[in-house]
Amino acid sequence: MAFPRMNALGFWLTALALAVLLASHFVPGGAAVSGWTAYPPLSAIAATGPGQGLGLDLWLASIALFAIASTMSSINTLVTIVRLRCEGMTWDRLPLTVWGWFTAALLSVLAFSVLLAALLLLFCDRHAGTGFFIPPGDIVNGVVQAAGHPGNGSPLLWLHLFWFFGHPEVYIAILPGMGLTSMVLANFSRRRVVGYRLMIATTLAIGLLGILLWGHHMFVAGLNPFASTAFSVTTLAIALPSSAKVLSWIATVWRTRPRYTTAMLFALGFVSLFVTGGLSGPILAQPILDEYLHNTMFVVAHFHLIMAMAGIFGLYTAIYYWFPLVSHGRLLSERLGRWHFWLTLYGAYNTFLPMHFTGLAGEPRHYAQLIQIPNAGGRLLAGTIPLNLHITISAFILASAQLVFLYNLARSLRNGTLADQNPWEATTLEWHPRLAFGSASEVEDEAPIIVHRPPCWYLEATPGEESYLPQWSADAIHDIKRMKPE
Amino acid sequence: MPSTITPNHTDREKKRGLDDHEGGHGRRPPTDKRTGGGGDNDNWNDRPSGRRGPREKLSRARLGLFFALAGDLMFFVAIVSAFFVAQNTSHIDSYNRYVNQWLPTAIPPILWLNTAVLIASSFAVEIARRGMFRETDVMDEWLGLGKPLTRRVLPWLVATTALGFLFLAGQWVAWRQLAIQHVFFSSNPSSHFFYLITYTHAAHLFLGIGALITSLTALYASKQLETRQIIVDCTSWYWHAMGLFWIFLFALLAFCQ
Repeated sequence: MAFPRMNALGFWLTALALAVLLASHFVPGGAAVSGWTAYPPLSAIAATGPGQGLGLDLWLASIALFAIASTMSSINTLVTIVRLRCEGMTWDRLPLTVWGWFTAALLSVLAFSVLLAALLLLFCDRHAGTGFFIPPGDIVNGVVQAAGHPGNGSPLLWLHLFWFFGHPEVYIAILPGMGLTSMVLANFSRRRVVGYRLMIATTLAIGLLGILLWGHHMFVAGLNPFASTAFSVTTLAIALPSSAKVLSWIATVWRTRPRYTTAMLFALGFVSLFVTGGLSGPILAQPILDEYLHNTMFVVAHFHLIMAMAGIFGLYTAIYYWFPLVSHGRLLSERLGRWHFWLTLYGAYNTFLPMHFTGLAGEPRHYAQLIQIPNAGGRLLAGTIPLNLHITISAFILASAQLVFLYNLARSLRNGTLADQNPWEATTLEWHPRLAFGSASEVEDEAPIIVHRPPCWYLEATPGEESYLPQWSADAIHDIKRMKPE
Repeated sequence: MPSTITPNHTDREKKRGLDDHEGGHGRRPPTDKRTGGGGDNDNWNDRPSGRRGPREKLSRARLGLFFALAGDLMFFVAIVSAFFVAQNTSHIDSYNRYVNQWLPTAIPPILWLNTAVLIASSFAVEIARRGMFRETDVMDEWLGLGKPLTRRVLPWLVATTALGFLFLAGQWVAWRQLAIQHVFFSSNPSSHFFYLITYTHAAHLFLGIGALITSLTALYASKQLETRQIIVDCTSWYWHAMGLFWIFLFALLAFCQ
């Protein structure tokens, strides 16, 4: 790492941010009630509700700490990748996992500082008598907030600043998952990633487009229709690199005989959820359709499938795949892992897929209660109640499936099967024998690790021979023979 | 991927021929020149082992700083875009009047002087920064023949710090002058931004002055020549960036209100 101490500082600041956030539950008034987006004027004035006083101040402090911490870690990630690649590790030999982290770190550096500025402006609105976000004639609980506020602000300004952070944040969360999915699929299919350079390009393209489309969160917030059109175009454009990625994932596993390890299952689950959740993206990207759908459960279904669920599946892929590297060489139980995967997949689809239908039927989101609503609203919602029951039960299944994982984690840390040095026969450097657990003592004065080839150099298996060439293997002649059969 | 075999030190060859030096804290002096002959276990062969030249740590720290400054730039870009939004925000009040509350804040003329001071400080710090890399002094210092670098650079760093404090004092005078005219942070959308921009920039300069004081301390306390170079170098670039940001922010406040 380029800046290990700064990275550690970022990590512990994140922990501190979490502690501050949790502490806001225990102050007078409790935690903030303005949701994760903290839209003003609800968030700008302490009188708007319980928790909007000290609770929201702590929220601001926590998120500001988190922004600073993330920026620090991202700077470390970026400089490490740019400057400290080992010898021979050219940019197009860099594993897609690293490309994913690289792009995510770039986005973090750009997006979190804008969030920090927005938090600062909101803090000034709350405590320094400014009115960046407080509109004129703002009424809170029947009282006009004219006194003490110049009140010429615009809540839309917060939306712009917030979503300029908020949307890149979505890609910060998903890009590493996309990268590692490519690598894991290739690993277990024993095939090279289809269109490796294209996958690098699409990763960067998604990152670039990801900072140009924040406005699609604001179609119904009073955005200028012309601006909506522009944001609609950039949003639809992101379907192109995303589809290229999906095609590469499918082509990589197409007509292979993959090893269905738990990591592979979760990677396939990632692809499946990404497609399912992604397909509703172009629908929502059109302002005229979003007008109807934006405040319904349809949107909830979309972003939970593509971001929450696909993101979590990426996370689980990574945990099952790299667990031996952090657990002193122990593997997670495959049997429990399969239970975990299938239950999670069932729970994910059965929780979030029906929300498309309830959303199309007009069920609003953000509501705490959907029963006992009088008149037409009640009659409308009566139709979706049975499906909601199904969603609730599935959500409980989804949550309890994670208990299997926690049990697996606790058990395998102590009693898991000991893995080989390179249990998945992977080609990337983290499985280099010298980095494996238990081989740390013998290494002092060896030659540096050198990369000789792109990752995913899997060959057609012939009996008695190694069926893959890791990046660190210097066996070039062997390599040429195998790759150019006469 | 093409199945061609590329040489395994592709990346390395692109760098200037620095491969065979040590990292600046070992056997090789921390300059870019080849100085020695062979035979003293200094790895003059074709295959370098792990190290990437004397400026490796320096360029790493610089790159990290530049990424941080890119983030910082976005911070100010966000505030400046909010500035333009607020400037053009209006509403129709209950008497059906079109209201735009923006009253341009007349900037105190002392800001011009402050700007000049900040630009001068940038020159001073640049002289200090270049001084840290004067080859003959670097060699002297590395050989242990006194501390010519410290002697040469210290006055310029002190000058920068003094000019930095002068700038901040000037800003304080500007805030006082506005306060006498009853223009406060909360007075008007325009004054919000005047104070917000000058305050955040001043906070950044305080960080810069902290870095300058760290550099001054490091010139004495730090044992590694390379560390001293890195600290002074990064401090200077940070200081330049703050000067540059200020020129744009000042132009915004002076001409775009």
